[in-house]
Amino acid sequence: MSKILLIIQREYFSRVKKKSFLLITFLVPVLFIGMFALIGYLSVHQDVFSERKKVEVIDESGWFVNKLQNTTRLEYTFTKENDATAKANFIKAGYDYLLYIPASLKNVQLIAENKPSTGVTQSIETALSAIAQSNRLAEAHIDSAVLASAQKSISVEGLQITENGIKNAHVYASYGVGLACAFLIYMSLFLYGAQVMRGVIEEKVSRIIEVIISSVKPFQLMLGKIIGVGLVGLTQFVLWIVLSITLSTVAGGLMKNNVKARTEQMSQLQHQTAPTDAGAVVAAKPDNVMGNVMEEIESIPVVYVVSCFLFYFLFGYLLYSALFAAVGSAVDSETETQQFMIPVTLPLIFTFVLSQSVIVNNPDSSLSVWLSIIPFTSPIAMMIRIPFGGVPGWQLALSMLLMILGFLFTTWVAGRIYRVGILMYGKKASYKELAKWFFYKE
Amino acid sequence: MISIRHIVKQYAGHRALDDVSIEIEKGKVFGLLGPNGAGKTSLIRIINQITAPDSGEVLFNGQKMSQIHTERIGYLPEERGLYKKMEIGEQILYLAQLKGLTRLEARKRAKYWFEKLEITSWWNKKIEELSKGMQQKAQFVATVIHEPELLILDEPFTGFDPVNAEIIKNEILELNKKGATVIFSTHRMESVEELCDSIALLNLSKKILDGKVKTIRNTYRNGTYILEYDGGKINADGGAPFTVLSETATDEGQHLKLRINAGRKVNDVLQYMLPLVSIHRLEEVVPTMNEIFIQTVSKKN
Repeated sequence: MSKILLIIQREYFSRVKKKSFLLITFLVPVLFIGMFALIGYLSVHQDVFSERKKVEVIDESGWFVNKLQNTTRLEYTFTKENDATAKANFIKAGYDYLLYIPASLKNVQLIAENKPSTGVTQSIETALSAIAQSNRLAEAHIDSAVLASAQKSISVEGLQITENGIKNAHVYASYGVGLACAFLIYMSLFLYGAQVMRGVIEEKVSRIIEVIISSVKPFQLMLGKIIGVGLVGLTQFVLWIVLSITLSTVAGGLMKNNVKARTEQMSQLQHQTAPTDAGAVVAAKPDNVMGNVMEEIESIPVVYVVSCFLFYFLFGYLLYSALFAAVGSAVDSETETQQFMIPVTLPLIFTFVLSQSVIVNNPDSSLSVWLSIIPFTSPIAMMIRIPFGGVPGWQLALSMLLMILGFLFTTWVAGRIYRVGILMYGKKASYKELAKWFFYKE
Repeated sequence: MISIRHIVKQYAGHRALDDVSIEIEKGKVFGLLGPNGAGKTSLIRIINQITAPDSGEVLFNGQKMSQIHTERIGYLPEERGLYKKMEIGEQILYLAQLKGLTRLEARKRAKYWFEKLEITSWWNKKIEELSKGMQQKAQFVATVIHEPELLILDEPFTGFDPVNAEIIKNEILELNKKGATVIFSTHRMESVEELCDSIALLNLSKKILDGKVKTIRNTYRNGTYILEYDGGKINADGGAPFTVLSETATDEGQHLKLRINAGRKVNDVLQYMLPLVSIHRLEEVVPTMNEIFIQTVSKKN
């Protein structure tokens, strides 16, 4: 037993002491948060990076004159020139686009020197359609007030009945957290499983394996390596979780204060100006969205999700890394691992792909339930279901129990292949050979 | 010390060891000889409990070999290997601890060996930064650091230059003098005669010869002698007590290789020759282990 501890120690410290470990541990959350911040920033301020385009409009129908509003991206100028001369001159005149609207409104053309971008085409289409629609409705003598009320969209609020009464179900947060957990598990199983495999190959290639297994049993070595690398993964995850929670609490706090301050500012503004000022209402909206996001995130039961995540990460890792170790023992170099990797990674990839659509959209369907109970697929499938809540206790218990049994089973199988594989050099192993190794006596 | 009894090891499609029994005495240097593929490594792995035999058993001081004995064995495999990216000092401490030493004790002994082999300055170097010979020295330290009762050395001198080979050889002999039993596997025969008390010869998975080196060489004596003398070529007729195998004239005189006829003695040869020539040297040609090895192996094949 003390020898396994020694092995675990070596495997753990030889990895944790590496500079790359520290770098990854501290950089990843920063990078992640930075990435999301950047995406958020860019999607809010899309126009920052695209300049305003000038559009020359020939409107033969006369429907749109002075009704096409300039936007941050498009600036419309109406011209009385005729079609042909305008077409000939618009580039020289400094315009990026020429919008030609025939009297019939059919076959509207957008002409540019290069191909018109789909974004521009779409926004012009939307603008034109809206104006045309209201024009037509007005022609049909429909009151615009009636119209406005008819066009109001309806938003549905997801609610969940609990013992404490009905509350907001925060479906979107569950969605996001589930997908994020599944992705992390998927990534980390590959990441740390491959580390175990590489460790096994390294020992085999450097031939130190024979020295070590003249001191300890191959199984002890394999287990020590798996546990050691697993602890590295756990350390990394705990650090990541702590870092992200700290960072997001700090960021969340800042954001909330910000939102508060800005809403106050807004209401002051609203009081100062006309209360019906549409601009202020529109401007206040994004802050509410931000507030909603924070509220959604806070609705997730953090402790429950994190502890389930750690469990499924740990046992998913233990189950798969044993198989990775067996693969490593059967080959002489990393390039030869391909043929054995496919069956090992297939259930993972399969579940991951399913999780992105089928499971996350129907977390309680019988397919989702089965996938979250079978040990090879449960780490990913269950982590999608957990944030939605409502996983029956027996399902979780059964899934966890099977996970533990599955880990014991794969470790036993892998151990039998491993003990023979690590001593086989220069021979390309086939599946038949692996089966033979499995049945060798001690 | 080690009794190997009726070991059979079967691999898919071929038998690596076929009913091999060997006795290894305590405190001796034992040579395990044989051509490539004879089964030496398989046998060594079984003694080290890296693999288990299909049948038969190995006794360590009369006890059935088990995991508790591994701490009393030091093993230098033919395919040397250490962690390439780990510092040497740390690595040796790790291996020593796996053999049951405490970290403190391991550090003390590692220091001793590093000083003895004059490699103290390498302590913080990584294996990949060292030359092959240097790696071998480090590996040797890892093999002997826990003062094993049994040292199993598979081709210990490959990869060493003659100077370092000599240093390692002396270290092995010194350990042997302090009481360690040494099993020494090789197909290089020069070192065998110099080092080994007894040997076993494996060929095609079977033991074909074993015993004390002296005894074996004696049994392979066949009455061949070298005789050097001054004087001309002699015509050994039917009355001579020997048969001439070869005869050459050198600057120092005549060089005669002869075999004594059945029933005659060396003294008879001298008596016959003394009146004829002046003798410089008369020496028995005892077959070297190398000759015995080749002779036995090719006969069995």
